Amino acid sequence: MWLIDSSIGRKLIMSITGVFLVLFLLFHSLMNIVVIISPEGYNMICEFLGANWYAMIATSILAAGFVIHILYALFLTFQNMRARGAVKYALKKNQKEVEWTSQNMFILGTIVFGFLALHLYNFWFKMQFVELSGHGDVSKAADGAYWVSQLFSSWIYCLIYIVWLSALWLHLTHGVWSALQSLGLNNKTWLPRVKTISNIISTIVILMFMSIPIYYLLGFGSGI
Amino acid sequence: MEKNINVTLKIWRQVGPKEKGKFETYKLDNVSTDSSFLEMMDVLNERLISERKVPIAFDHDCREGICGMCSLYINGHPHGPDGEITTCQLHMRNFKDGQTIVIEPWRSAAFPIIRDLMVDRGAFDKIIQAGGYVSINTGGVPDANSIPISKVDADEAMDAASCIGCGACAAACKNSSAMLFVAAKVSQLALLPQGKVEAAHRAKAMVAKMDELGFGNCTNTGACEAECPKNVSISHIARLNREFLSAKFKD
Repeated sequence: MWLIDSSIGRKLIMSITGVFLVLFLLFHSLMNIVVIISPEGYNMICEFLGANWYAMIATSILAAGFVIHILYALFLTFQNMRARGAVKYALKKNQKEVEWTSQNMFILGTIVFGFLALHLYNFWFKMQFVELSGHGDVSKAADGAYWVSQLFSSWIYCLIYIVWLSALWLHLTHGVWSALQSLGLNNKTWLPRVKTISNIISTIVILMFMSIPIYYLLGFGSGI
Repeated sequence: MEKNINVTLKIWRQVGPKEKGKFETYKLDNVSTDSSFLEMMDVLNERLISERKVPIAFDHDCREGICGMCSLYINGHPHGPDGEITTCQLHMRNFKDGQTIVIEPWRSAAFPIIRDLMVDRGAFDKIIQAGGYVSINTGGVPDANSIPISKVDADEAMDAASCIGCGACAAACKNSSAMLFVAAKVSQLALLPQGKVEAAHRAKAMVAKMDELGFGNCTNTGACEAECPKNVSISHIARLNREFLSAKFKD
């Protein structure tokens, strides 16, 4: 199967799952800023995306996207380390043209994944999971605004989320244009344009996410 | 202006492919800044021979930057710290008096060390043999204007064809990926009418051979382009991806 055997096939899987996850992040961040505009509206979205059959299908596809992206990342990173050979360079200098992020995607990905586990515990475990399993306080399961204000009433959590989102931002600034390059959607003229577009997309997504902990950190959300 | 400098050289010595290698330190005095890097290596080897020691093995041939034979990973950069040149075009004026210069071979699982700084780059020849040619009979020489080729395509193909196959891309890449080399070789033919005919087969065969030989996967760091002595662009890698993916989806 060429999607597993060939290097470009593996990169294709990486870029398709990557683009899918970016689209999810765009959707997630758009949904999130509603909590600033209208907590009631946000709770309506939470209700809509509870343990319903369509939300469950979407969640399963999303989880599969994450799992495939992470498994392929492990696989590719292992192969790449082996390709260098037994002896590494004693002295290796980087070029100024090479972005730091591009050489540390696996580390950034690991950081993002570590915080993702915390994030799932903070929200998913108390919301959709409670509805699914029936354990815990079901009355609060769709009250997303409550959980958000609860979590971000602690400034430590605000900072943790800001650090996490910064790592994600670095991951995306390389990831988005890199995915398009791997899909072959690039040429000499479009290379700088594609890089700029991916910087804009990742910055917009991250700013939307980040606005929420910052909003609570500055004390605007305490009235809810 | 010519002056003489003293340098300390830390050079990788390895007797054979299976032997364990290590760094040896040599002091070389009164090196002219007008001499080339390889001339400096020649001077060192002359001294080692006169001292009845084994000279350092390194690859070189034309010494004018066109054959792609010279290699050497100098102070953390393939072909040395200067940009867009090969090691043979590097001059001692790029180094300071009293500087320590670390010289290593290309390090890649697909480029096994033969001896000292010499590596076996036969892997690149095997990739070319897998499809880096035109096998159709193009007949006699046609009139020069019978097949129009746009200036853009012609320039792009020539830029790709400037690749000398030295292996600096795979040496510089943190994943030891040969994608820039393969992309250049696929591009130079895929852009022109005679090469287009076999473009799909060529992309598949060369990528399959590249993967088989143990090169890594491209992660678009761009280190290859930054270190390439001929400045081959990573946009050729996008073309290779495009050629390969469309060929596979057609199957």
